[in-house]
Amino acid sequence: MNIHEYQAKELFRAYGIPVPEGRVAEHASEAAAASRELGPDVVVKAQIHAGGRGKAGGVKPAATPEDAERIAASLLGRALITGQTGPEGRIVRAVLVERGQKIARELYAAVTLDRAAGRPVLMASPDGGMDIEAVAANTPERIIRVMADPLYGLTDFEARRAAAFLGFTGRDLHTCARLLKNLFRLYVEKEASLAEINPLIVTENGDILALDAKLNFEDNALFRHPELTGLADADERDPLELEAERHGLNYIRLDGNVGVMVNGAGLAMATMDLIKQAGGEPANFLDVGGGAGAAKIAAGFRIILSDPRVRAILVNIFGGILRCDLLAEGVVTAAKEAGVSVPIIVRMQGTNAEAGRRILAESGLAFTVAETLKDAARLVSEVR
Amino acid sequence: MSIYVNAETRVLVQGITGSEGMFHTGEMLACGTRVVAGVTPGKGGGTAHGLPVYDSVREARENTGANASIIFVPAAMAADAAMEAADAGIPLIVCITEGIPVRDMTRVIPYVRSRGSLLIGPNCPGLISPGQAKLGIMPNRIHRPGRIGVVSRSGTLTYEVVDQLTREGLGQSSCVGIGGDPVIGQSFADVMKRFNDDPGTDLVVMIGEIGGSAEQEAAAFVRDHFRKPVVSFIAGRTAPPGRRMGHAGAIVSGRSDTTEEKLAFLRACGITCVDDLAAVGSVVKKMV
Repeated sequence: MNIHEYQAKELFRAYGIPVPEGRVAEHASEAAAASRELGPDVVVKAQIHAGGRGKAGGVKPAATPEDAERIAASLLGRALITGQTGPEGRIVRAVLVERGQKIARELYAAVTLDRAAGRPVLMASPDGGMDIEAVAANTPERIIRVMADPLYGLTDFEARRAAAFLGFTGRDLHTCARLLKNLFRLYVEKEASLAEINPLIVTENGDILALDAKLNFEDNALFRHPELTGLADADERDPLELEAERHGLNYIRLDGNVGVMVNGAGLAMATMDLIKQAGGEPANFLDVGGGAGAAKIAAGFRIILSDPRVRAILVNIFGGILRCDLLAEGVVTAAKEAGVSVPIIVRMQGTNAEAGRRILAESGLAFTVAETLKDAARLVSEVR
Repeated sequence: MSIYVNAETRVLVQGITGSEGMFHTGEMLACGTRVVAGVTPGKGGGTAHGLPVYDSVREARENTGANASIIFVPAAMAADAAMEAADAGIPLIVCITEGIPVRDMTRVIPYVRSRGSLLIGPNCPGLISPGQAKLGIMPNRIHRPGRIGVVSRSGTLTYEVVDQLTREGLGQSSCVGIGGDPVIGQSFADVMKRFNDDPGTDLVVMIGEIGGSAEQEAAAFVRDHFRKPVVSFIAGRTAPPGRRMGHAGAIVSGRSDTTEEKLAFLRACGITCVDDLAAVGSVVKKMV
């Protein structure tokens, strides 16, 4: 789950990570009021979940309340298109108005999971304010990676090692180490998948502040963090993806016209590869998961059908936990309800596959049943 | 021959009274697995599939001599179940459960290791050595005893490949699903080491995905130490970058881990990479 910058900064504040003073505004007049309160120099920042806002004109300095009002008015209610939003952009529904800072240095700090080690890792770099992946690719020696023991957390000396790498000495060494430890504690306690500050700044006065804040939370752990669920913003999500999530389905909208429903992420990816190799373009990724029952299958099918671009549907199921007879019942139920007009190719193998095929055959609906993957791919390329 | 398990393995099912645990215990028994007991805290004293159910893994092990466990308990309790099995001295733990929070796994893995146990999974289909034992959820009828080893991050994609192998008349020594989560117990490389030492395995099929570097790690082991041919299929070559395709692991996160680079590295390590999923079985057939 992603949250907005202003929400992440509220959590930062609660965890003792200093951030610039700021106010959230949903109307331009509120931005002007915030500027009068915080100003004269403020920064107006569009609040959308996608990154790349600065380059796209979503972050602008304002020298007067009138400026702030004008900038807020130009951002609010309009789509902001960044490198991460796709061509349609994201509608800006709020801006964050922050007191402007005189920046002496821009640094980088983040906590995430090191998959190979299976441990949380603190990453820090003196080259903040830019794309950290570019730093990692071009000057990897400019990033320190401090692997923390999951049982003990980030220790004081580990935090100081990272702070020293960022160039801090004396009292600032301890101030920065405390900030990094707090970031780590936030990551662990709230079960984030990423807690990132880019840039972490040192002001001309010597203050250390998180100028930006990015927090992603692990969906699998949200069940024990009811305090976070209110931070979700449904407006930032694709409506079909949101609907899928409500049913516990893993759906991602793509650009093609062949609807795809598969059980298991690996097979789903391979099925999409197969469609592309046969000359088609998948309209979506949909993994119904291992333990899906008829109701879940039906929900997945309805979601695919509600995408107007879909010209054909390929259902590829290999029954393990998911039994093919249950799948078939779900598909038949959904197809009857929705009144399908596009060809549906169903390929099933595994547990209770024969029973599943029989249910499809006896449903009175026109399914094309493919036995092998080769057949399925060929049929898809024929109906395109 | 086989890896991790054999016909003597005495299997315990944690979460045996749940619907998945119950269904798959039946399937494991049906293919000849020596399932000896189940554990569901609070249901001790009862039976399931005619097997005794205990309140704790320790009791179950003491009474039945179980030396492997398969976990079907819900995500919120699965980490505790894995630790309980390790603490009770179960040397092999297979965790099927999907959706376990990463933080739990970062703590479970060192705990299990400290007790000298091995963990396979979580979020995996388990393992099977056809004709000997199954600690998993893969459909029985697609497997045949034989000499091909299979290791994979995914479930159903593995069934697909196994089905092709069996149709080509190629049985399997062992098939191991290591799981699709970011933090897992046994890695590709761990499983490859076992296959290397298994005289019953002639060739290994490694089924990988985009994202991460676990396949490369295993490939480096193959290059340096492996004495048998390896065939590989990597799923997700056409996946758009930056989108998470179900498995937390399966994400093309930067330019350093594109599928093409992964494939090039695997090939450079002497692995035969198959581009067409439907052709994996026939490629293996030609090589044995």
